[in-house]
Amino acid sequence: MIALLSRDLRIAIRAGGGFGLALAFFLIVTALVPFGVGPDTAVLTRIAPGILWVGALLACLLSLDRIFALDFEDGTLDLLATAPIPLEAVVSVKALAHWITTGLPLTLAAPVLGVLLNLAPGGYLWLFISLAVGTPALSIIGAFGAALTVGLKRGGLLLSLLVLPLYVPTLIFGAEVVRRGAEGLSTATPLALLAGITAGTVALLPFAAAAVLRVNLR
Amino acid sequence: MSFWEYANPRKFMAVSDKALPWLFTSAGLALAIGLIWGFFFTPDDFRQGSTVKIIYLHVPSAMMAINTWAMMLVASLIWIVRRHHVSALAARAAAPVGVTFTIIALATGAIWGQPMWGTWWAWDPRLTAFLILFLFYLGYIALWQAIEDPDTAADLTSVLCLVGTVFAVISRYALIFWNQGLHQGASLSLDKEENISDVFYFPLLFAIAGFVLLFIALVFYRTRTEIRLRRLHAIGLKERMT
Amino acid sequence: MPDLGQYAVEVLSAYAVSLGSLVALIGFSIWRGKRVKRALEDAEARIRNG
Repeated sequence: MIALLSRDLRIAIRAGGGFGLALAFFLIVTALVPFGVGPDTAVLTRIAPGILWVGALLACLLSLDRIFALDFEDGTLDLLATAPIPLEAVVSVKALAHWITTGLPLTLAAPVLGVLLNLAPGGYLWLFISLAVGTPALSIIGAFGAALTVGLKRGGLLLSLLVLPLYVPTLIFGAEVVRRGAEGLSTATPLALLAGITAGTVALLPFAAAAVLRVNLR
Repeated sequence: MSFWEYANPRKFMAVSDKALPWLFTSAGLALAIGLIWGFFFTPDDFRQGSTVKIIYLHVPSAMMAINTWAMMLVASLIWIVRRHHVSALAARAAAPVGVTFTIIALATGAIWGQPMWGTWWAWDPRLTAFLILFLFYLGYIALWQAIEDPDTAADLTSVLCLVGTVFAVISRYALIFWNQGLHQGASLSLDKEENISDVFYFPLLFAIAGFVLLFIALVFYRTRTEIRLRRLHAIGLKERMT
Repeated sequence: MPDLGQYAVEVLSAYAVSLGSLVALIGFSIWRGKRVKRALEDAEARIRNG
């Protein structure tokens, strides 16, 4: 499993596509928002939590279809499906690789981008914490969507349509954590709910994704 | 007669053939009674004026938007467990019906909300939940269309329906959490079933019955089309091989 | 037509949209159903004769 993980990480970084692209996209989206809503810092401060979360979420979407696509095309996925490790574990490892190369960098970069949007001082820590807790859910939910569309030629758009509605609860609670933190209120409730969703999806979705992969590998 | 006999496509075609005229007729009747009664023969609400008449469309369509998804969930489970093709095809057939109900619920909700709340759209948990449901329906339909092999499509869409249902339930509570802080105390409930007086209640029952019967009729009819399409697909495959 | 008062536009458009959508759904379903039925009958005739 470790071998699989390091192999996927190497591919993601080497191929150049996934790794820097998500960060760049995050930056671009964050920079675009003031052009769209105007430079009024009061407005930006209010919407910063939501924009940062939406930006991170969209950036995660970018590399989702690569989670299984490369291995599916060259037959590696068939080998992995018949390997001694359960397919559910393969799914989890691949989602973990996606998180390490996408969710984690976004989490680390977000506070910097928070400066661009005049995020209130109290919000920075909670931005980091909420993304750290929430992005794993984005990766595993994305992996499920990627499993559904792995056989399709241009499944990218369909993947987004399937995955984005599933992101809504994580987005709601994640942004709420940052908002409350920025205003100095207690973040316990939304953070607990956010963690609950991440825990639930990480525990259960690998089974759904593996079942779907088996169907697509038939 | 066991329920599972209808899982046989031929049996389903035979039964639905006989049932359809009754279903469509009774649906039309119930809808006509409910809507005409409600529209022409009920008073205005003292607070909402004549917009209360929208209730005869908004409540049934909203109920059926959800119930259609529930039926799709059950049909998906039956496919996963017992692999009855009629079940999978019925789920596929029901989805566009559900989309239409959802659109009607959203549109009537917005049109009703405009004079009541002063805005075309309000991010009220209930309306927003229907917006998300609409997106779920779109994704489900899109997935069916994207996959070539019918059995693979049935498998994938049924898992999507399952996972989607879990997330829909989670989202419902997330949305209440999301909006409760803003509209605290505002009782903007459009369907206050608790105190709906009899004068509105009975035409509403007919309207609901009409929508339910129309749903059943449409799903039966559309499933027949799907079964024929499947047969067409099988013939096409055979022809291409010989 | 009952006196819909100030909300006439809202009520009528709500009914128009709803009934229109239902008619469109029913109409489309029937049109598609007829088309598929005809195609299947043609294909089965082809098999029987060919």
